[in-house]
Amino acid sequence: MATEQREKQTMSGAELVIKALVDQGVEVIFGYPGGAVLPIYDALFKQNAIRHILVRHEQGAVHAAEGYARSTGKPGVVLVTSGPGATNAVTGLTDALLDSIPVICLTGQVATHLIGSDAFQECDTTGITRPCTKHNYLVKNAEDLARVVHEAFYVATNGRPGPVVIDLPKDVQVQQGHYTGPQNVRHKTYRPRVEGEADKIRQAVELMAKAERPIFYTGGGIINAGPKASELLRELVKLTGFPVTNTLMGLGAVSGTDKHFLGMLGMHGTWEANHAMHDCDVMINIGARFDDRITGRLNAFSPGSTKIHVDIDPSSHNKTVRADLCIVGDACRVLEQMISAWKEGGFKPNTKAVKKWWAQIDQWRARDCLHFTQGKDIIKPQYAIQRLYEKTRNRDTFITTEVGQHQMWAAQYYKFEQPNRWMTSGGLGTMGYGLPAAIGVQLGHPGKLVVDIAGEASILMNIQELGTAAQFRLPVKVFVLNNEYMGMVRQWQQLLHGGRYSQSYSESLPDFVKLAEAFHCVGLRCTNPADLDGVIDEMIKIDRPVLVDVAVDKAENCFPMVPSGAAHNEMILPDQPASAPGASVSEEGMALV
Amino acid sequence: MSAQAALPIQSHILSILVDNEPGILARIVGLFSGRGYNIESLTVAEVNNAAHLSRITIVTSGPAPVIEQIKAQLGRLVPVHNVHDLTVEGPHVARELALIKVAGSGEKRVESLRIADIFRARAVDSTIESFVFEVTGTTEKVDAFIKLMQPLGLVDVSRTGVVAISRGATPL
Ligand SMILES: Cc1ncc(C[n+]2csc(CCOP(=O)(O)OP(=O)(O)O)c2C)c(N)n1
Ligand SMILES: [Mg+2]
Repeated sequence: MATEQREKQTMSGAELVIKALVDQGVEVIFGYPGGAVLPIYDALFKQNAIRHILVRHEQGAVHAAEGYARSTGKPGVVLVTSGPGATNAVTGLTDALLDSIPVICLTGQVATHLIGSDAFQECDTTGITRPCTKHNYLVKNAEDLARVVHEAFYVATNGRPGPVVIDLPKDVQVQQGHYTGPQNVRHKTYRPRVEGEADKIRQAVELMAKAERPIFYTGGGIINAGPKASELLRELVKLTGFPVTNTLMGLGAVSGTDKHFLGMLGMHGTWEANHAMHDCDVMINIGARFDDRITGRLNAFSPGSTKIHVDIDPSSHNKTVRADLCIVGDACRVLEQMISAWKEGGFKPNTKAVKKWWAQIDQWRARDCLHFTQGKDIIKPQYAIQRLYEKTRNRDTFITTEVGQHQMWAAQYYKFEQPNRWMTSGGLGTMGYGLPAAIGVQLGHPGKLVVDIAGEASILMNIQELGTAAQFRLPVKVFVLNNEYMGMVRQWQQLLHGGRYSQSYSESLPDFVKLAEAFHCVGLRCTNPADLDGVIDEMIKIDRPVLVDVAVDKAENCFPMVPSGAAHNEMILPDQPASAPGASVSEEGMALV
Repeated sequence: MSAQAALPIQSHILSILVDNEPGILARIVGLFSGRGYNIESLTVAEVNNAAHLSRITIVTSGPAPVIEQIKAQLGRLVPVHNVHDLTVEGPHVARELALIKVAGSGEKRVESLRIADIFRARAVDSTIESFVFEVTGTTEKVDAFIKLMQPLGLVDVSRTGVVAISRGATPL
């Protein structure tokens, strides 16, 4: 009753927003002020429950919120002003949409009576963000505010998670309105299905028991479903003895050192994972979406397999790859159901056949596709990641990345023991993601080691966030694999465009050590393989933000590689002649991204 | 997708019940344009004032897997209550209304009236040298009527696009 009494009181729209956020358990907001959100900043000033992290660019705010969300399992919250504040956030929102990350983004808007008049810093935020959010709202009445905020959290975090924008006209922020608590808000339409259909679960388990060449192929859905989903996946892997491969977004779902784990699959996946996907007879896809980076040429994708696809989003089913058994449900719940169906039905794997399958897989493994040779003079990028892994594996370490070769090498050579330790821009492939994401991770995990594995080109896209790290004493580490190239672009140009390196050389690079120092961070440099361990040790030891500029081999390519338009079993390896692959990419492949 | 290029293109009538909130139509239309789906016709109006519900009827076309994907994508939009594919769900009635302006005199004018009668089209406006006919029916019937009016002085056409509902007593 007392709460009801209290809820009868009115407060300003800005206060309503803050109260709703507090009731949603929000502890930190990533934001940047401006005219259209000043009332909210005023309300923030008068309270202590929520900490505001001032970023240096609104894109950074959204990536930081993503890093926070991905590593903690809680939604990330962003606050930006109207117009340029909102448009700067668009890349981050699109990134969160493609990687299914729960983010709530509050944007200021001009007063309702000015909407449509091309007022100062007006833009059609809901129009611009409609295709890059899971949902968005324009709130025109303070009475709706609390409900909309609670709904937004519900929508962002339930079903397939994603970003939600709430556009807040300035007059609504100062208007008086009543507060409603989250317990009083029930969404009118949105009820995603969590439980898998029992008879389909049964069919899935029967298919698994009969399988001779099975494989688990799991993605970001497992991570989104919470740490318990990873535990259950591990249990199911153990129960069945089946091999498992993870997508880029799904790394950490099973231990990177588990013998059942074949490594990542897809364009830069391992020889064994891709071959096993191609030759399997039963594929159990849980929380992955048959992305084109995974499948390669569609009509050659795992041609002989019966495909089981578990996804919380029905539109993921049969979108590009036709599955034989589609199960709509939450990955965690469906895994639970599968395990109990397996146990209660007394199912056993086809041990003899699966053993033979493993013998085949071991042959692929023996190809040792990630092998590289580290010489005395130049640091191989793979070696740098490997050393970083060895030096940090015994502590709970969180890795973020930028986008490019370094990202793929990180995915290949860093072995994750736990979920939520790996934050990368998978779907959108956003250069500039890693540093702000690391900041978000660090805020969610004070005292933990957070490393952004970066490229020298990507890091410059949001380098300004070093200022944020310095201001808030967030001791994130930026580990730059500096190959003086947009390496991934250079690699494609080498393999597909006759070695014409059009605009992919990183010309006029800054002195990264001085740059770090200018931002009140620590800069280190490493050019010699023999010094690498020492530099990594020093980086870890310094309890401040550190940028390490690691000079690596400029010409190294990332392998294995499934070239665009090729099939999984048409992977290129480093020891093949460099001239061969370029010639084998079809015209159709040339048109693919 | 090359595999789907070989599949036959089918036309489907989708009936979508949505919350009548600002931007809902933009959401639906943006989904179709953003993902490269076809819209042959689209109608929308509020159907339940108290509950703020609108029904959107879309005629779309594509290979069967694309139609399935369209329905799944529509179902994913937060303000969508449900999506029904009338074309596969059973018997339904589909109608269009068109207003057709025909100008002319003499024999052509008389002929247009005669044909209008056959099509049960009504003249809802008339001057000495023009008629506006109102015709309802299936898309094919409206098409046929317009074609016949062509040589008789067709000036303008305005069509509603298809509205549709399932037959029988049960709701969608
Ligand atoms: C915002 C953005 N612009 C362009 C690209 C295209 N792109 C992908 S990788 C890459 C090069 C990245 O270079 P660097 O950060 O040095 O990483 P490297 O590949 O050298 O490890 C580019 C330009 C992108 N992914 N994101
Ligand atoms: Mg580079």
